[in-house]
Amino acid sequence: MLKFGKKRKYATIPGADSKADVPAGLMMKCDACHKIYYRKEMEKNLYVCPNCGHHHRLDAWGRIESLFDMDTFEEWDASMAPTNPLDFPDYEKKLEKDREKTGLNEGVVTGRGFIDRQAAAIAVMDARFRMGSMGSVIGEKIARAVERSRENNLPFIIFTASGGARMQEGVLSLMQMSKTSVAINRFSKAGGLMISVMTNPTTGGVSASFASLGDYNFAEPGALIGFAGRRIIEQTTREKLPDDFQTAEFLLKHGQLDKVVHRHDMKQLLATLLQMHQKGGMQK
Amino acid sequence: MSHILDFEKPIVNLKDKIAELKKITKDSEIDLTDEIAVMEERLADLENDIYGNLKPWERVQMARHPERPTSLDYIAEIFDDFIEFHGDRYYGDDEAIVAGIAYYKDNPVTIVGHQRGKNTKENLQRNFGMPHPEGYRKALRHMKLAEKFRRPIICFIDTKGADPGKESEERGQSEAIARNLLEMAGLTVPIICIVIGEGGSGGALALGVGDRIYMLENSTYSVISPEGAAALLWKDAGQAKRAAETMQITAYDLKKLDVIDGIIPEPKGGAHRDIKQQAIYIDEVLQKALEEMKEFSNEELLEKRWEKYKAIGAYTEKGN
Repeated sequence: MLKFGKKRKYATIPGADSKADVPAGLMMKCDACHKIYYRKEMEKNLYVCPNCGHHHRLDAWGRIESLFDMDTFEEWDASMAPTNPLDFPDYEKKLEKDREKTGLNEGVVTGRGFIDRQAAAIAVMDARFRMGSMGSVIGEKIARAVERSRENNLPFIIFTASGGARMQEGVLSLMQMSKTSVAINRFSKAGGLMISVMTNPTTGGVSASFASLGDYNFAEPGALIGFAGRRIIEQTTREKLPDDFQTAEFLLKHGQLDKVVHRHDMKQLLATLLQMHQKGGMQK
Repeated sequence: MSHILDFEKPIVNLKDKIAELKKITKDSEIDLTDEIAVMEERLADLENDIYGNLKPWERVQMARHPERPTSLDYIAEIFDDFIEFHGDRYYGDDEAIVAGIAYYKDNPVTIVGHQRGKNTKENLQRNFGMPHPEGYRKALRHMKLAEKFRRPIICFIDTKGADPGKESEERGQSEAIARNLLEMAGLTVPIICIVIGEGGSGGALALGVGDRIYMLENSTYSVISPEGAAALLWKDAGQAKRAAETMQITAYDLKKLDVIDGIIPEPKGGAHRDIKQQAIYIDEVLQKALEEMKEFSNEELLEKRWEKYKAIGAYTEKGN
């Protein structure tokens, strides 16, 4: 019982077990404090452990539901899907498997809707699909969402969840970092507001591009965020890394984040920020 | 030739034999001129055969050749009066990136480039060409100055990747790279990027958003090193050779994928065999590219840059 109530400080990458845990079953065990809850109860709590506050993975549609006013969300580019540009062995099979598992064509859902009656565009990554790794479709959908935000004067919000690059798309994956950055530059120059919220995990190429490019960069508690993997750093530097290394709290301490935001406070914060950027301010 | 790659050994052996025959001809009564001529012909064929058909993994080795020319080598060959500037004005000076201004055909340009060392001492000083956040911030400072003073920017890309270290994470490696991508996207002066060695992942890309991207014939550009890819995909870093092929990382691959604008040829046997000739090849491409972009207005330049990046990627819109 000692463990109960003790907040876990280090980042957790859900293992294979917990992945299997999430979609099926009546009960669900907290990854951090191991307390068991009814799934329904967890779901109602947005997958935040009622006991220890650990933030479990929230899928893209669950996220959208938690933020947007009822029935206001309109999806963009839902039918866009990856191809196999490098003829990478087994890539199609893997995609098919994740398509079945998630009901998504790729690891990001984009669209527009209303958050507390204020219009906003959004891109929400879903780590269940190929670990949220960034392939061409992710880059293209995000770039288009940013462009549409610019054309329609909408604020753009992004929730990231990504293990980094999509190996199977090689350098095309890498180039999505530049593609999205060029789109964001155009958007920003036009005065657009961009808010980035990093969720567990946000690493590699995604952390080194759009995730870090918000006018405001937030993160969920305990989220793993970083450029290089912990193991690589340990191997390269032979240095002992602190337990909280690359957690949201670690980044906050080092001045790399504007705020760590509890999932239950997210909608309210976004709504307030959207409002503050609508009214007042200096004339352009 | 102090550092010989495995696949070059047949060439070196044959060269040794020719040298031996020449020595015999010179030192004794036996005239082997005819034999030497035959063997020299064979050598030429062999060189064409080997260097003309390099496999991806062989190109990786070329790109990593310890004697391969670096940014500073090309700067000295191609530009005049280079003045190097140090430091990012926030934290420190990262010697894994060099930045400065110079004349190119009598016009000032800004040059930034990754900088490797050629021996252990230099590599320690340069962190093996793997930049820290302050390196990227130094580069950005000079690119912004280039925009202010209306100078084109030339980027030499040559890194295994950004520094993977505790302090780099603490100082915002991700943010530094992301910031460069964002800012380079919007600079209103021409940006020309040339991959001269290894183009490793985000650490390379942070100097790589531009209007023209070129690669030297034996350079590579990839989302992850072949060793890293092999470890991730097949749990075996020893399969790097296979990964080099599967991942499509050579200049020819990137041209085929429409990611780069052109391939700059290398002298036979690689850039390190004749740096002066290599510099001439680079110079030709550079001159042409700058000429093409001279007339663009700021708006045209940015619009074309957007069109260029918008087009990169592979997808279908006929999903489920």
